[in-house]
Amino acid sequence: MDVKPIPAISVDNLVKRYKSATAVDGISFQLPAGTVTGLLGGNGAGKTTTIAMIMGLVTPSSGTVAVLGAQMPKQRYHVLHRMNFESPYVDMPMRLTVRQNLSVFAQLYGVEDIKGRIASLAEALELKDFLDRASGKLSAGQKTRVSLAKSLLNRPDVLLLDEPTASLDPDTADWVRTHLERYRAETGATILLASHNMNEVERMCERVIIMKKGRVEDDDTPAGLLARYSRETLEDVFLDVARGRDREVTA
Amino acid sequence: MTFEFSFNRTAAMVRRYWYLLMSSWPRLLDLIYWPTVQMLMWGFLQMYVSQNSGYFANAAGVFIGAVLLWDILFRGQLGFSMSFLEEMWARNLGNLMMSPLRPAEFIVAMMIMSIIRLSIGMIPVTFLAIAFFGFNVWSMGLALVAFFINLILTSWSIGIFVAGLLLRNGLGAESMAWTIMFLFLPLTCVYYPVAVLPGWLQYVAWSLPPTYVFEGMRALLIDHVFRADLMLQAFAFNIVLFGAAVFAFLRLLKSAREQGSLLQGAD
Repeated sequence: MDVKPIPAISVDNLVKRYKSATAVDGISFQLPAGTVTGLLGGNGAGKTTTIAMIMGLVTPSSGTVAVLGAQMPKQRYHVLHRMNFESPYVDMPMRLTVRQNLSVFAQLYGVEDIKGRIASLAEALELKDFLDRASGKLSAGQKTRVSLAKSLLNRPDVLLLDEPTASLDPDTADWVRTHLERYRAETGATILLASHNMNEVERMCERVIIMKKGRVEDDDTPAGLLARYSRETLEDVFLDVARGRDREVTA
Repeated sequence: MTFEFSFNRTAAMVRRYWYLLMSSWPRLLDLIYWPTVQMLMWGFLQMYVSQNSGYFANAAGVFIGAVLLWDILFRGQLGFSMSFLEEMWARNLGNLMMSPLRPAEFIVAMMIMSIIRLSIGMIPVTFLAIAFFGFNVWSMGLALVAFFINLILTSWSIGIFVAGLLLRNGLGAESMAWTIMFLFLPLTCVYYPVAVLPGWLQYVAWSLPPTYVFEGMRALLIDHVFRADLMLQAFAFNIVLFGAAVFAFLRLLKSAREQGSLLQGAD
């Protein structure tokens, strides 16, 4: 019998309504294990709310989210140790040193060899020079690397990234992308990446979901989107979608 | 629904707060500063009053005892709430809520920290009370243990409720953390007997666990009698209050997930 593998993330007819606004309006998608998917959309498109529902931080008004087979947020404790995230909406405690912060999170995630894991991440992400510096005294680039280290502490099977390279210089941003690509290649993790950086999405993602006003406006490979919109770059595709220009559907 | 509790994750949170406390001497100083000022102020007032009143001369230490016990109640809650506020100020709540940390582990870690903060602040002050006024709170012995258990249970209940409010309403509810306990100051009769209150307000006072503790303290210091019955009643009320606080916290957390407040952190 042919058994279908469980998708890493499964979103079905998901809706999130706040008092007077609908942030997410009936979206559905499935992300197979080991894929990197970009979630695009303008401000207020519903990307962050979608990611928050996938993480179990926000309860859907209706519809379902399942991560690694567990319904979120109800069964979140079955899978939270296999997930992690990075977001500009959260920070690491500033007075603690990088090493202290990482070791606290490693213990929270049940990492077995905490010292070894921190040492290996410090090596891979070049944190060694400031491991014992207070997190609040780091530059933006260093903070991002520390956040990335925190998000990789438990070797997550599902990694959610919300604007992972926002406010970084091109060199640091490229460095972060390279490391994420390496992590995915080594572990087969599933990555969902919300970003405004089209180059980043084009480079890293094999699939792109474009959201607008809480709905999925388009969902295809980067090449498929470029072909169907007859555009050279994803940025142009994004602008077409954002400004409501008709696409040339060739499929 | 299964209930799972990890001492390892609880220890991680205690370690996080310990690092924070040790990284900042103003935070440490703050723990001891106000209890010392309060104790000195009430101690000298008591000295003055006792020199002019036979009743208070017989009730030596009743003001200092009251202020020390009040500080257990107030600082216990503040120590709990401060740990929670630190997460909000640091924008770390999302990291924690997304981690495998369970609400019960988070709450227990904050309870442990409230005792640690209280110990750092209060123990030196009790020795200052001996040095300045000859008042030895430790001489209360087992009665002090009963007072402490009841007061810290109330402080945790209020702390848990405030944490729920902060989760649901963000930092807009921060002032509650600092002021809510002052509602207990007149109602729990910290510095005067319950009999002073109007009849209808006495019913309110007797519904609050700390009232029994402060009455018990006066019975001990003035009449030299340990009222175990009062402590048992306080404990029974505390169990109800603690259960209600945990229930409210879980409801507010559920509401915060529904409203998306966990993402925002601030109001």
